Amino acid sequence: MTMTLDKATGSAPAAPAPARRRHTGRDRTHHLRITLPLVVFLVLTLVPFYWMILYAFRPRGSNSLLPVPFTLDNFVYVWNTVGYDVYFRNSVIVALISMALTTVVSVAGGYAIARYRFAGRPALMVALLCTQFIPGAMLLIPLYSIFNSLGLVNNLWSLIIANVVFELPLTVILMSSFIQKIPFELEEAAMVDGCSRLRGFLAVILPQLRPALVAIGSFTFIGAWNSFLFALMFLSTQELFTIPVGLSYTVGEDSINYGVMAAGGLVAAVPVVVIFGFIQKFLVQGISGAVKG
Amino acid sequence: MNALATTSARPGAARRRRRRGLTPWLLLSPIVVLISVFMAYPIINVLYTSFFHKNVVMPWNDGFAGLDNYRRMFFDDPTFWPSLGVTGRWVLVQVTCQLVVGLVLALIVNERFRARGPARALVFSPWAISGVLTTSIWLLLYNPSTGIITVLEKFGVSSVGFAPLADVDTAFWAAALAELWRGIPFFAILLLAEVQSIPHELYEAASVDGASRWRRFWHVTLPHLRNVIILSTLLRGVWEFNNVDLLYTLTNGGPGTSTTTLPLYVAQVATISSDFGYGSALTTVAFVILLVLSILYLRLSRLGKD
Repeated sequence: MTMTLDKATGSAPAAPAPARRRHTGRDRTHHLRITLPLVVFLVLTLVPFYWMILYAFRPRGSNSLLPVPFTLDNFVYVWNTVGYDVYFRNSVIVALISMALTTVVSVAGGYAIARYRFAGRPALMVALLCTQFIPGAMLLIPLYSIFNSLGLVNNLWSLIIANVVFELPLTVILMSSFIQKIPFELEEAAMVDGCSRLRGFLAVILPQLRPALVAIGSFTFIGAWNSFLFALMFLSTQELFTIPVGLSYTVGEDSINYGVMAAGGLVAAVPVVVIFGFIQKFLVQGISGAVKG
Repeated sequence: MNALATTSARPGAARRRRRRGLTPWLLLSPIVVLISVFMAYPIINVLYTSFFHKNVVMPWNDGFAGLDNYRRMFFDDPTFWPSLGVTGRWVLVQVTCQLVVGLVLALIVNERFRARGPARALVFSPWAISGVLTTSIWLLLYNPSTGIITVLEKFGVSSVGFAPLADVDTAFWAAALAELWRGIPFFAILLLAEVQSIPHELYEAASVDGASRWRRFWHVTLPHLRNVIILSTLLRGVWEFNNVDLLYTLTNGGPGTSTTTLPLYVAQVATISSDFGYGSALTTVAFVILLVLSILYLRLSRLGKD
C-alpha cells in the first residue's frame, strides 16, 4: 500500500532545508506556483458554499454579505413545517442500511475473489466491471416494474436495494484488491495455531482492512445519502421522502423561498461534508491502495 | 482502477489456496443474486419492453408494437436527435475540463505547503455533494435577484437581470459550470493517489539531466498517469453520460431542449409521461451507443500498452 507517502518523508522532490534559507526568490516562485492557484481554487470552491450558508442564516429581505443579523427561522421552518425531520430520518435509515449491507456483502465477495480460484472467476470479474457501464437512470423503468411486483414500491427497501446493487460491483472489486494485498501467510499462521478460517479472518484480516472499510463504508454512505432518481421514482408519499427528493420539491416550487432552499441544502450538505472531511485522506489512500496491485 | 489486471496477473498468492467446492460461490451468492435480479434481468426486460406499447397511464393501448417505438424515435421524435448532440457535448466538455483542471489541482495539492490537509479537504469537498444539492446551490448563485450577479452588477461586471439558466445560449454552459464545480475533485482525488506513487528517483534523475519542470511533467508524470487517465476518463465519461440528477433539477432539459441529454429524456419519459414502452426503446439505443463508444475508446487508447 502507498499509505506512507503522505508523511513528511514522501512528497516533494525539492529538499526542504534550502527552501527555508533562501527566502526571497524561492518564496516568490512558490507563491506563484502554488499559493496563488490554490487560493483561486479555494475561492471557487467555497464561494458557492458560502452563498448557501449566507442565505440560510440571513433574515428575509436582508442584503448584507455577512449573515448578520442572524436568524434560525429558516431552519425551524424547514425542519418543522416542510418536513425535513422526516426526510432526515429516512435518509439516515437508507444510508446506514445501504452502507452496512454493501460493506458486508463486498467483504464476503471480495474475500472469495481474492483468496479462491474457482471456475467462473474471470467471467465474474468481467461481469462486475461491465456493470459500470450500466446506466442507473435507464433501469428506472424495469426496476420500477420489479419492485412493483415485489410489493416494494413506496417502501424504503426498494431504494436501499437499488443503492446496494449499484454500489456493489465497484466496492467488491476494491475490497478484493485490498484483501489480495494482505499476505496470506498471516492467515495461514492463524490457522496453524488452530483458528478456523472464519476466526482467522476475523482476527487477522479484518483489523488490517480498517482503512478499506472506512473508505468503502463512507463511499457508500455518501452515495446512498445523495441518491436521487431512484428515490424520486420509487417513493411517492411524503412520509417516505429522503432529503434529495424533499430538496428537489423545494427547488421545483414556482416561487422558491431561497432562504428555505438554502437551509434545506445545508441540512443535506452537513453530514456528507463532515464525513468527507474525516475520510478524505483515507479515500485517497484507499484508491491508491486499490490501484496499485 | 486496474483491479482486474492486477487480480488476474497475480496467481501466486491465490494458487496456494486452490480449493474446490462451494465456499467461494457461497460467499459470492448475495452479489450474484442481487446483480442478476436487479441488473441483468432489468436489462433483458428493457430490451423486451422496447418492442411493446406499454403506458401506465394509457393501459388500453398496450400490446405488441414491433419496431414502432424505434420508428417513432428515429423519424417522428423532435427531441431524440438533438438530445444526442447535447449528450455528446455534455460528456466531452465535462470529461475534458474535469480531467485538465483536476490534474492541475492534484499537482498543486501534492506540493508541500502549510495546512495542506485541511486545504485538500476543502477543495475536494464538492465531491461529496449530490446533484440535487448542487442544483440548489447554483440556483441561488445564478438567480438574477439572489445570485452572485447582484454583487457583480455593483462592480459593473454584469448586466442587470442576467439569468444564465433562462437563456438558450447560456443555459448549457451554466449547467456545465455547476457540474464542473463538483466533478473536478473526482479526478483530483484519483490522480492525486496516483501522483503520490510516482517514485522520486525518476524526478531526481530527470532533474540531474537538467530537465525543466515542464519537461519533467511531460516525460515523467504524464506517462506514469497514462493508464489511470484512460480508465478514469472512460468511467467518468460513462458516468457523465448517465448523470441525470443535476440537469433534471437544475434545468429540466430547458430552455426548450437545449440541455436535454438522452438519459435525461429517458428519465422524463419514465417519470412524467410513464410511457414505459417508448422509454425502453430509448434506453436500448442509449445503451448500445454507450457500449459501442466505450469499446471504441478502449481500442483506440490501447489500454495497457506501455
